[in-house]
Amino acid sequence: MSADTASAPARRRSAELGFLQAIQQAQQEEMARDERVILMGQDLRANVFGAAAGFLAEFGPARVRDLPLSEAASVGMAAGAAMAGLRPIVDLTVASFMFGAMDQFISQVAKSRYMFGGQARLPVVYRQALYYHGGTAAHHADRPYPMFMNVPGLKIIVPSNGPDLKGLLKTAIRDDNPVLCFEDANLWGRRGRGPAPADDEHLVPFGVAAIPRAGTDVTVIGIGGGVKLALEAADQLAADGISVEVVDPRTLVPMDWSTIVASVARTGRAVVVDPANRTCSAASEIAAHLVEEAFDALRAPVLRVTTDDIHVPFSPALEKQIYPSTDKIVAAVRRTLGER
Amino acid sequence: MVGPYPTCGDAVVRDRRRNPEESEMELATQRAPDPVGTTPDPVDVGPDLADIDADLAVEMLRRMLRIRRFEEATIDLFHAGELPAMVHLSIGQEAAIVGACLATGVDDYMTGNHRSHGHPIAKGARLDRLMAELLGRADGVCKGKGGSMHLADFSVGSLGESGIVGSAIPVATGAGLAADVLGDGRICLCFFGDGAANEGVFHESLNLAAVWRLPVVYLCENNGYAVSVRADDLTSVPDIATRALAYGIPGVVVDGQDVTATYRAVAAAVARARAGDGPSIVETKTYRFHEHAYGLKLREAYRDDAEVGTWSADRDPISLFTARLLADGRTDRARIDAVRAEVDVEIAEAVEFARRSPYPEPTEAYRDLYHEPEGAGV
Ligand SMILES: Cc1ncc(C[n+]2csc(CCOP(=O)(O)OP(=O)(O)O)c2C)c(N)n1
Repeated sequence: MSADTASAPARRRSAELGFLQAIQQAQQEEMARDERVILMGQDLRANVFGAAAGFLAEFGPARVRDLPLSEAASVGMAAGAAMAGLRPIVDLTVASFMFGAMDQFISQVAKSRYMFGGQARLPVVYRQALYYHGGTAAHHADRPYPMFMNVPGLKIIVPSNGPDLKGLLKTAIRDDNPVLCFEDANLWGRRGRGPAPADDEHLVPFGVAAIPRAGTDVTVIGIGGGVKLALEAADQLAADGISVEVVDPRTLVPMDWSTIVASVARTGRAVVVDPANRTCSAASEIAAHLVEEAFDALRAPVLRVTTDDIHVPFSPALEKQIYPSTDKIVAAVRRTLGER
Repeated sequence: MVGPYPTCGDAVVRDRRRNPEESEMELATQRAPDPVGTTPDPVDVGPDLADIDADLAVEMLRRMLRIRRFEEATIDLFHAGELPAMVHLSIGQEAAIVGACLATGVDDYMTGNHRSHGHPIAKGARLDRLMAELLGRADGVCKGKGGSMHLADFSVGSLGESGIVGSAIPVATGAGLAADVLGDGRICLCFFGDGAANEGVFHESLNLAAVWRLPVVYLCENNGYAVSVRADDLTSVPDIATRALAYGIPGVVVDGQDVTATYRAVAAAVARARAGDGPSIVETKTYRFHEHAYGLKLREAYRDDAEVGTWSADRDPISLFTARLLADGRTDRARIDAVRAEVDVEIAEAVEFARRSPYPEPTEAYRDLYHEPEGAGV
């Protein structure tokens, strides 16, 4: 081996880890570790989306496959392949494309194990980007993870930074259940970077929230890109002497209810930041749960900062206003503190 | 008990592989009677059984009888008020199902649809556990959580039936993909109806299986109707198998009332699949003798009593095959009677087993959602 190859991991670790590198590393490491892991997606072998460089050469065409424009068959086929001994990863690219495969996700992926009395095992990962905030308009810009939270039998991860994405994705690939990985495209590039994990066995467990910022006055729970906005809002509010604790659930199913409830029990106030549409959002579920389980601790109503219930318009002049923003979070936090 | 028939399917597959021309399939090599709107062909005992091993022939009869008697038992259970729900019967379609399953090995995969009992029975699943599932009991093959439309028995390669029409077609395709990548020599048999062939996933799956040359046999049980709609009313082609042309794969139409015709066609398709030459469509022209679902009363008549009568009188796959067995000479009346008696006992035992099996504990509803034992807490 050349000195070049030997030093590659070291060089990699010294860098900050962004979303695309996280995906590349997680998939590469897991495919090297377990030859039952295969990767499939549209335009994958040409590495059009930038997270599969060198995969075809390293793992060969049997394990790295371009998919036809057939989302429903692709989703169901991966489930069948999982039941028959493979551990497929399906890159569906844009989350809106999941809609063409809803029946397969629900009727087959989510229900097979239960309906067959536990006979089926479905180690399969579906990856898709939440591709909003970029002028792609209503057909590409959905954030559909709450719809899937309503379907038992699926696990759902929504990472907020590269290192978490890597660790969660590796855990997902090793999990014997179907996992949906939603990758917030607003965190691509520099925005979702974080310190690269020191070791290749970096696994982030499911159902364990992170607290990227501790605080005492208000808990702000962020989902995906909402975490970054919450941290920015916390910085602003700190200048006014308001101490915000930010909680990142990281996985929506399973949800780390105890960390969320404990944080709100300490602060007595909660704001949930969720880029999904407001009605039946992840934020709605968290708010309802807090009312049921932390009512005595609450000193103010739980507030949701979500996307308004509207399809995503094309014009930047129209689009920007509908999503959660730092300003909206600051206003919500002030409201929970009784300010107007 | 209900041990799966050993290697008959494999034996034929090996033969075929030695002689590849024999496994070449072309569209509509065999004409079959059209189930819809036509009078069936005059009674014909069918081709002789020269190339069918005597034990295999008896096994074909046994499995067809199992399906028939199992489902007749469900009719009794229905009238006795013991079935929690309606059942979709395969009575009339046994030859298509058994011929196909016996052309595969016990390790091969299979998926099916809402007409769910015949497929696992033909694949060799335990009758008692299947029956317990129909009654919603704890010893049911799916622990009482699948029921009549969703039988599955992974121990005989059945990856499950599907109540959402067409939705298991991609799953079968995936099982073929796994077999291909893992190189374990298995194939997948995918049962679906003429109605299912109009679902989008049918097209997507066939294209995908064809480009990747996956070892899947798509087996259409064309019984001429989707609930109340004649196949030719809402399906653009008289033969689903002609759609094979669109995917560049072989498609063949066979008489689904002739168990050996289905067997031969599927054996050839299986040989092709195992040899790495990819998927095929085998379409069996068949007929359901009962209503779409037993107990379902449709307000408007959509098929003639006379049509049903002719099919059940002249084209009953079990009577036709019994006549052939007797004509063949390698099997005699005594052996046939013995098989009938054995099957009757199996069915009676299955019903008793199911009745004796307790209902699942309420906590069972919260199990099996996720693979982890602690999954129910998620
Ligand atoms: C997606 C879907 N649409 C409609 C139905 C209702 N349905 C149940 S069986 C059936 C007919 C299916 O016809 P076919 O595939 O030919 O099978 P057959 O019942 O004739 O065996 C229909 C429409 C369903 N179960 N799933």
